[in-house]
Order: sequence, then structure tokens, then C-alpha cells
Amino acid sequence: MGQKTALYEKHQQMNAKLVDFGGWDMPINYGSQVEEHHIVRKDAGMFDVSHMTVVDVTGADAKEYLQYLLANDVAGLKQQGKAMYSAMLNETGGVVDDLIVYLMTEPHVGGEWFRVVVNCATREKDLRWMADHTAHFDNVALTEQPDLAMVAIQGPNARSKVASVLSESRVKLIDDLTVFQGVESEGWFFARTGYTGEDGLEVMVPEDEVAGFWQALADAGVSPCGLGARDTLRLEAGMNLYGADMDEKVSPLAANMGWTIAWEPAERNFVGREVLEQQRQAGVKEKMIGLVLEARGVLRSHQKVIINGEEAGEITSGTFSPTLGCSIAMARVAAGAIESCHVDMRGKQVEVKVVKPSFVRNGAKVFS
Amino acid sequence: MSDIPSDLKYVASHEWIRDEGDGVVTIGVTDHAQDLLGDVVFVELPDVGTEYDNGDDIGVVESVKAASDIYAPLSGEIVAVNEELEDSPEQVNSDPYGDGWFIKLRLSDTSELDALLDAEGYAELCEAEA
Repeated sequence: MGQKTALYEKHQQMNAKLVDFGGWDMPINYGSQVEEHHIVRKDAGMFDVSHMTVVDVTGADAKEYLQYLLANDVAGLKQQGKAMYSAMLNETGGVVDDLIVYLMTEPHVGGEWFRVVVNCATREKDLRWMADHTAHFDNVALTEQPDLAMVAIQGPNARSKVASVLSESRVKLIDDLTVFQGVESEGWFFARTGYTGEDGLEVMVPEDEVAGFWQALADAGVSPCGLGARDTLRLEAGMNLYGADMDEKVSPLAANMGWTIAWEPAERNFVGREVLEQQRQAGVKEKMIGLVLEARGVLRSHQKVIINGEEAGEITSGTFSPTLGCSIAMARVAAGAIESCHVDMRGKQVEVKVVKPSFVRNGAKVFS
Repeated sequence: MSDIPSDLKYVASHEWIRDEGDGVVTIGVTDHAQDLLGDVVFVELPDVGTEYDNGDDIGVVESVKAASDIYAPLSGEIVAVNEELEDSPEQVNSDPYGDGWFIKLRLSDTSELDALLDAEGYAELCEAEA
């Protein structure tokens, strides 16, 4: 038996099929993950993501600390509530984890503070890593928030359906949110972020209030969706999954995360910078590509990718894309020109199309 | 608990067999199997007219989770395949014993039917695997 979120009973009532996910009993689907996927692309679905780890970073040195800890630069967070995606690197330039960091709005003793959301499967390692790196700073405090549940409501109708169950004052708050911005409200936190490639919200809720919120959303016509659909949605959106598409041995430059590294200002030293600079100068040896299989079949992780007749890498994530009706994948391969690309599928070499690793945004295909 | 109709026969590889009485059987995968597979997205079936021996690899079911081989549970010749599955593979999930059928096989040796599991035997097997 794994750990249970505050929504566990709701999941059972709604006939979830529960599986172990990083030590938690989480819904994989509530019947059909393909149907749940379509609901998010066309209407609104909700996911229990309470297993994610929330850590508040406070103290006079909070900003400087995060500027050192993260490859992206939190100095770029200028507007209250603004969110940023970043890698947390080790000294050899590998990815310890990927995360979202928010510049929080409510005043806090010690001034500016931040909320960081990291993955659940990497929780212990991340907390240790983050704590170890406070040693260089006099005044920074890390506070995990295990009593916050989190619900992601995603899809073109997500925000309006969430609004239909909130008080007027909260509706005003979420109406004013720009993309990638969050706002606090009496212990709740509403953020216009997600992991599906659709508009929507991620809402942090005190555990004792989350079952009521979940039920109100269900009554408002938001369908419960499991981690199965979450995976096909994020892969269509070209978003990385930690542990599959990158890990501690992979450079962010070889994982389509170059855009998340803030090279300027050059004098900002962050963990892993030296190695990344060397890699950048020497030229990165691997790159991430997107694959589309127009024939029947499903691309799967660890299948070998053959470029110009030679084995050049492997699939890091592969799935059936419900939106496109064919299989898609992300693969890490040797850098260089691609004349032809095949995947070894169960002993057969099958031709695939190479695209940028992003397939669907806001319900529509993004490659040609 | 999954649905295991008492009028069908079964094999350990989670296929069901309906004896149509004229030397022909209809074959599909069980409710338990479709539940394990998750949403089925492609089904690759053999050509009509091909002959297979008991245990031969005759096709593939691809679900969101994995690719699984389909085995011939009996020896014989393929006399029909469910062409609807090409456009509607989800029928395997929604109606595994009806619209989700895979193939019809003309048996080369009807005595092979005697070796199949009945519903009770298959239920025990599922329980033992759980």
C-alpha cells in the first residue's frame, strides 16, 4: 500500500484504477485514458497532482540562493506571481530535477519569497540537494508544504468551469492571471500553468478543503482524468518527463532544455554552469528530436533509432497520440544532419518522420 | 472482478473461444485481458486463408501501455477477421466478447477443444495471477 492523497476516497468513488506512482497510490484512469485525453483537448479535465512536492523558499537570501541553485534565472521573474520553468543541475551538468518556481505575492517576513514545485519520485533527493546548497547562504529557509493538495484543471473550458465554483472575489483573481502566473488567496494558490499544452489552472488547496473542491468541479462538468492521459497529453505537447527524457546523466542541452538556461548575465554562477559552458563551446554531441509514425504501430521508450543507416540513439518517450491518431515519440540521437530515420520496432526497421519535439498545442497539430 | 461468460472456453494467454458448432470457432481476448492492456489503439490481424498451428503468433494488439502478441489458441485456417477493429479498436475494450472479436478459425482438429479451460478454470487462473 502506498501513500494516499487527500482525494483517495474520491478516486475510489469515481471508479479510478489506482497504480503505484513514486510510492503513491494514484489514478491511472477512470475508465478510458484515451477518452480522458480527448476531454482535456476539447473541454476540461482534472488531475490529482497532490503527490508533487511543494517547497517554499524564504529569507533575505532566497533570490540569490535560487539564482545559484537553478539554471534559469529567477531575476527574470519581475511580475508578482510569475512562474518559471527551470532545471536544477548537478556539478557535472546533469539534471537533478526539473521544476516550476513562482515569485510569490503575499508579503513575507524577509521580503521576496518563492514557491518551488518539484517531482514526487525525486522528492527526497531534491530536498537534500536543496538543503545542502543553502550552506553558501546566511539567510534562506526551505519549508515543505505537505499539507497542500494540488489539482490541475486543464482544457479550453477549464478556467470558466473552475470560475463557476468559486467565490466572486476569487473569480476576479483568476480572470486577471496571465499565462504562467499565479496568485494566493487565503491559503489557496491559483496558477495558470499545466502539463498538457492546454490552457488551465493548477490549484493548491489545503488538504481538508480539496475533496469539496474536487466534487464541486465534478458537479460543474469537469471530468476526472488519470496519470495515463496526463502522459499522452504532455508528450503531445513536447514536454519532458523527468526520469524518461532526462536525468542526472543527461545535459539539458541534449534534452531540448537549452531555452531554460539563462546564460546572461555571464557573471551569474549557477551549479553546473562551468560544464555547460564547456559543452556549448565544444558543441553538444546529442540532441532531442520528435518522431511521428504514420504507419500503424506504437513507438515505445528504449526502441533504437537508426539515422542514415546507423544506430544513433533511442526513444526516451513514445506513445499513441489520441489527438493525431498515430504514434509519436521523443528520441535522443547523435547530433548531425538527418537524411533518413528508422526505428527498430520488435525487430523490424520502420520509417518515421522527424519533427521538432512538439506535436500538439491548444488542441491542434503543430508540425507539418 | 472481470466478466467471464460461462458459455465460452479459454486459454491461459487470456483469449476466449466460442465454439460455433460447425467446426468454426470465434476468438477474442477476455475482459480481464482488455483491462490489463488499457485502451487498445491498434489491432493487427492475419489474412483470411492463412493456416496456423496451435500457439503460432498470428497478430499484435497495441494498447496505450504495450504491444502484445496474439497467439492461435487452436490449429486451423483463418476464415474471417474483424475488419471493424481497424477503425474502431476501442471495441476490444468496450465489448471484448461481442464487437471486439478478432478472428474466426476453421479447426483442423476439433479434439483440441477438449484441452481448453472452462469459465471456472479461467477464473481460478486469473485469481492466481492477481
